Amino acid sequence: MRIYDVIIIGAGAVGASIARELSRYKLDVALLEKETEVTFGVSKSNSGIIHPGTQNPSGSLKGRLCVQGNLLTRKISRELGVDFKEVGELIAAFGEEEKTRLYELKKEAECLGVPRLEIVDSAWLRKNEPNLSKDVIAALYAPTAGIISPYRLVYDLTENAIRNGVELFTETKVDNIAVKEYFEISARKAVFKSRFLINSAGLFADEISKMVGVDDFKITPRKGEEFLLDKKNEYLTSHLIFPLPAKTSKGILVIKTSDGNPMIGPTAEDISDKEDSSTTDRGFQEVLSQVKRLVPAIDERDIIAYFAGLRPVSDNDFIIRYEDKVPGFINVAGIQSPGLTAAPAISLMVCDILKKNGLSMKKKLIFHSHRKKTIHLFAIPLEKTKKLVKKDAGYGDIVCRCEMVSAKEIKDAIDRGARTLDGIKFRTRAQAGKCHGSFCTTRLMKILSEKIDVPLIEITKRGKGSEIVKGDRRND
Amino acid sequence: MTKELICIECPKGCALSVDIENCRVVKVSGSECPKGEKYAVSEIEDPKRILTSTVLTQGLSLKMLPVRTDRPIPKSRIFEAMNEIRKIKINKAVNAGDIILENLLGIEINLIVTRDVI
Amino acid sequence: MIERDLVIVGGGPGGMAAAISAYENGIKDILLLERDQYLGGILNQCIHTGFGLNYFKEVLTGPEYADRFIKKVQGIPGIEISLKSFVVHLTKDKVLTYLRPGMVKTVKARCLIMATGCREKTREMVHIAGTRPAGVFSAGLAQKLVNIEGLLPGKEVVIVGSGDIGLIMARRFTLEGAKVKAVIEIQDKTRGLMRNVVQCVTDFDIPLYFKHKILKIFGRDRVEGISVAKVDDEMNKIQGTEFTIDCDTVLISVGLIPENELIEMAGLELDRKTNSPVSKEVNKTSMPGLFVCGNAFKVYDLADSVSKDSESAGRLAAEYLKH
Repeated sequence: MRIYDVIIIGAGAVGASIARELSRYKLDVALLEKETEVTFGVSKSNSGIIHPGTQNPSGSLKGRLCVQGNLLTRKISRELGVDFKEVGELIAAFGEEEKTRLYELKKEAECLGVPRLEIVDSAWLRKNEPNLSKDVIAALYAPTAGIISPYRLVYDLTENAIRNGVELFTETKVDNIAVKEYFEISARKAVFKSRFLINSAGLFADEISKMVGVDDFKITPRKGEEFLLDKKNEYLTSHLIFPLPAKTSKGILVIKTSDGNPMIGPTAEDISDKEDSSTTDRGFQEVLSQVKRLVPAIDERDIIAYFAGLRPVSDNDFIIRYEDKVPGFINVAGIQSPGLTAAPAISLMVCDILKKNGLSMKKKLIFHSHRKKTIHLFAIPLEKTKKLVKKDAGYGDIVCRCEMVSAKEIKDAIDRGARTLDGIKFRTRAQAGKCHGSFCTTRLMKILSEKIDVPLIEITKRGKGSEIVKGDRRND
Repeated sequence: MTKELICIECPKGCALSVDIENCRVVKVSGSECPKGEKYAVSEIEDPKRILTSTVLTQGLSLKMLPVRTDRPIPKSRIFEAMNEIRKIKINKAVNAGDIILENLLGIEINLIVTRDVI
Repeated sequence: MIERDLVIVGGGPGGMAAAISAYENGIKDILLLERDQYLGGILNQCIHTGFGLNYFKEVLTGPEYADRFIKKVQGIPGIEISLKSFVVHLTKDKVLTYLRPGMVKTVKARCLIMATGCREKTREMVHIAGTRPAGVFSAGLAQKLVNIEGLLPGKEVVIVGSGDIGLIMARRFTLEGAKVKAVIEIQDKTRGLMRNVVQCVTDFDIPLYFKHKILKIFGRDRVEGISVAKVDDEMNKIQGTEFTIDCDTVLISVGLIPENELIEMAGLELDRKTNSPVSKEVNKTSMPGLFVCGNAFKVYDLADSVSKDSESAGRLAAEYLKH
């Protein structure tokens, strides 16, 4: 039986980053994911902010990794062709007392090495952020904050890792791990063997860790409800807008997203059910009242979508460590915010840990560092669209009219691994607009069914159990 | 006995008041046109509906062919009619108005196509 | 750049009626753009009767009603029909860019009629809390799945809102063998036509709850149920009246809104509440030579009214070009 050098459990932002980093080396690596597609866990509800590092304690691991990750993300996004925009963030102060706290935050962030911080006054704010509440008297401006599409980043990291030799196994939920000469990981009626095992299982990292006998931490899901506004509000703000940070979170924000739709939220509520991603009326009211304080122009009628995500919270800081008690086992747990930003730095840290603990890491002669940028018609000028349509008629065949997604883009997404309607949505934005797929769902189902040769009644929203329809007249 | 009905003959939806004696309609009021009276009598004495549905095709440009009964059928036999309609399969081009099933349920009602399909 | 006397965007009942009327009123150079591969728009999936009584004095189904216009439009040589044509851009000078499989075209319209119809309000627009599993459909999508694709979206259905499409689908699901467990309406009366309540809901003994509100959708992967409560006159939940209904499907039928994103792109103002163009006169907009007709101008109860309204837009276009 095949023995992998490294197996990674969990294909979210962290697992995918580690996989891609390891794919530089002459190693046999497998990435296991319990869902039907990668990024369907914690990462799919990420807000997509690449934090500058302003809101972490100066001695914290997550603070250090965040600042480092912010830098690394720029290079990775260029290599993978994922759009990264450095939009900057403003932490807003209402009143003199809050203004004093801005100076404390600035000092702390500078200790962590966050560059180019500045306290800006109300005159600056009126000019550069006119929709911000007039009651904001000053703000901490961190120009290095950016935005990225979290799921596209994970998809493209994984795709690149696979191109460089990593094996991905989806619908592969780990049921049991035996620690023998090798790790024997039972999942989906198969057993995988590996010398090193990395646990980046997000919300379930405590349960995986327990399987090898390390159970000194617990992951609590902290729910965050977020609300997306119509794309026509893209320029509602020019920066990411934060209030002063609260104890359990960075507060409720006005977020710019890489697709253009502003997002408001998230709430922060510790819950017990790791699968409860329901939204509530209370969360909606809370978010709305908080963001209106920051940006009064926000209109609830512009909300076109909402969802809830769960942050995998352990203590206050990330847990990234080699477990001496179980040689070869590395925990990468409790990666809540700023996990997306920190992920590339985490992957370097994990490589170091592996090296230190005896994994021989020799670079491959050829590493394909770049991938061809995915084409999105909505993101390119018409002139370019014209050329594309001439090259491939499928670009002129629009399937999703709200977001202008062509049949060719859908087919490409399926070729790159989309197996569900959510997977198509995250990759292409088809169904992500204001009609929520009322017009394009049937066409998407047919394209997917045809391409992957699965009957229409087996097409799912996000994996087994979420089939879209219950019957087909053809099968009567 | 008096019964209140909503006329379904047109989008207006007149509220009808129907006097009934021995299962027969003796008086209808509230109707804005003669259709209301006719509807009330039929609705009380022998309720009927036009049935619309779809029929599966094979090898045509559309998977489902829309169809309807050419006249209203007794309400009580709608599900029976649906069972018959579900059995039909069409593999030749048709035009709107073509009869695809004669004498549905043996009550001299035809099933007709409502869309051209090639 | 190619210039056309009249460009009409949308080949449903509105666009076709506008094209015929414009031609009959003297415009002989008309381009009709339809994004689907067929003319007829939403009428094609409305296989039920209830069309044509006002316009043709006959009872017709949606496809039959559409067919009369399709045959007529196809028979007029002055009307060029371009299918699978999706308009992606519109400027204030009435320059349109549209995509077709294999080509991108730009055309300048001397006169423009927008017959872009409407879309359904979504679950998100009425803020229904809970999870987001498979099994939540707009009523129109469910209609398309059943009537066009021959697929059954679910077997135990609750319909939220008593709009006409929701009522029609209550009957359609029942005929297809599904169980419709309830229609939930927050107001004290139906949003749809009374005749549809009678022949689609009462006929099949489907419970219709007025003054009730959906609170939450349950289910992780697929809908498992919803919770419902009574509301007071201010539409607020009455404590203690909550109950749940097990179901695998939720249809949303809470109203329609005009689709006017293209004219908004061209700089026209839309009413914040209705999404109709801000205008003092039917079919007219603040931009001379740009008319909006049918459900894009204002959502009508009947396709017959859409046809009438659109004929008037066709006349207005002809008048505009004469000056």
